[in-house]
Amino acid sequence: MTNSVSEAAELVASDFKAGSNREKLELLLEYSENLPALPERYSEHPDLFERVEECQSPVFLFVEVENGQVGVFFTAPEEAPTTRGFAGILSEVLHGKPVNEVLSLSDDFPDQIGLTEAVSPLRIRGMRAMIYRIKRQVREKVA
Amino acid sequence: MPAPADATSKFLEYAHPEVLVTADWVAQNLDNPDVVVVESDEDVLLYEIGHIPGAVKIDWHTDLNDTVTRDYVDGAGFKALMERSGISRDTTVVLYGDKSNWWAAYALWVFKLFGHADVRLLDGAREAWAASGRALTKEPTLKVPSSYPLVERDDKTLRAFRDDVLAHFGNPLLDIRSPQEYSGERTHMPDYPQEGALRAGHIPSAVSVPWGRAVNEDQTFKSRAELEAIYQGEKGLNPNDEVIAYCRIGERSSHSWFVLKFLLGFDNVRNYDGSWTEWGSLVGVPIVRGEEPGNAPAPRR
Repeated sequence: MTNSVSEAAELVASDFKAGSNREKLELLLEYSENLPALPERYSEHPDLFERVEECQSPVFLFVEVENGQVGVFFTAPEEAPTTRGFAGILSEVLHGKPVNEVLSLSDDFPDQIGLTEAVSPLRIRGMRAMIYRIKRQVREKVA
Repeated sequence: MPAPADATSKFLEYAHPEVLVTADWVAQNLDNPDVVVVESDEDVLLYEIGHIPGAVKIDWHTDLNDTVTRDYVDGAGFKALMERSGISRDTTVVLYGDKSNWWAAYALWVFKLFGHADVRLLDGAREAWAASGRALTKEPTLKVPSSYPLVERDDKTLRAFRDDVLAHFGNPLLDIRSPQEYSGERTHMPDYPQEGALRAGHIPSAVSVPWGRAVNEDQTFKSRAELEAIYQGEKGLNPNDEVIAYCRIGERSSHSWFVLKFLLGFDNVRNYDGSWTEWGSLVGVPIVRGEEPGNAPAPRR
């Protein structure tokens, strides 16, 4: 049984808040390295993906909704570890969760995990844009 | 003791050939105790996934900026940063990074605010290392802490504040942002909406030379003749001019500042790091929209 979005979000936040800036960056790097690869059914379909324009590095995302569960898929280059890290966090918190829970994730989540100081306010806003786009795609798909 | 200059023939054309090195030079000097190689990137984690062996990381946000005031670290902060990076006052510092050395050039400019004598850029940026067939490493770099003097930051010689810009009207201003930012079509460059301002356009009389015109496709700097054709020929700047360069937050303009100062030998060029994020939100300062530079207002002193 997976935890809920709010439980997962709290877990992520407490992990980040506990560490020094250096530890926060190490943790973000782990999320970057653990960002799931695209499943085969999507890896050949770049057309389905939406670019997150607000991010400094090219990152694309795609959302599917099946039986009320949300699937979130990202693709970002290896040379963009910070952006990949943001994607990894959101994948961990949102992937496989019910629609209503995904939509309930706070837009301020990126500011609540205590990463801003370690990565700079300018960089963190890319994650806000990802959340915005994920929620919008979810709403479009359940409409 | 400063390390020897890189005698690559392209560099000899520049006004200050010693400020650039090649990947080959870096490779030959990896064990030189007088040299410290520093990576400075836009992506705060890029160093962690691979850097030049022995390189240390200096991040513009976490290391060079003050955490509270919108300003750079002070003398004590810079001293501490240098000491933990193993850099002494006479160390030859070689900077490199992502995005054609934007952030490396920005870091170089900050080093110069503190008067560090010997700071160089790896021509071709971070890509040049891989392009030379060499591998990056994830191996952490452990530096023996150095001793660095307490030096007060010089905010006059190479740095311009908004009041300096107001007093500068009548002298050349260089806007190095994208054409859309310059004309006022957008307040930020494509893909960077978070660094916006309340008004769009450019500082009156500023000429537009997007920073990227100074580099080749492989991120190396263009030849001196090509650079002269752009800044001196096309834009009519003169090496004796007093020039102020700006962008959004001062990092891309550090890159153009480097070109004017060291490659073309402009003696008096300053970087306005407040740049458009400040000017475009300031109450009561003049702004021009559109593709023309517009006339310089009377200087305010």
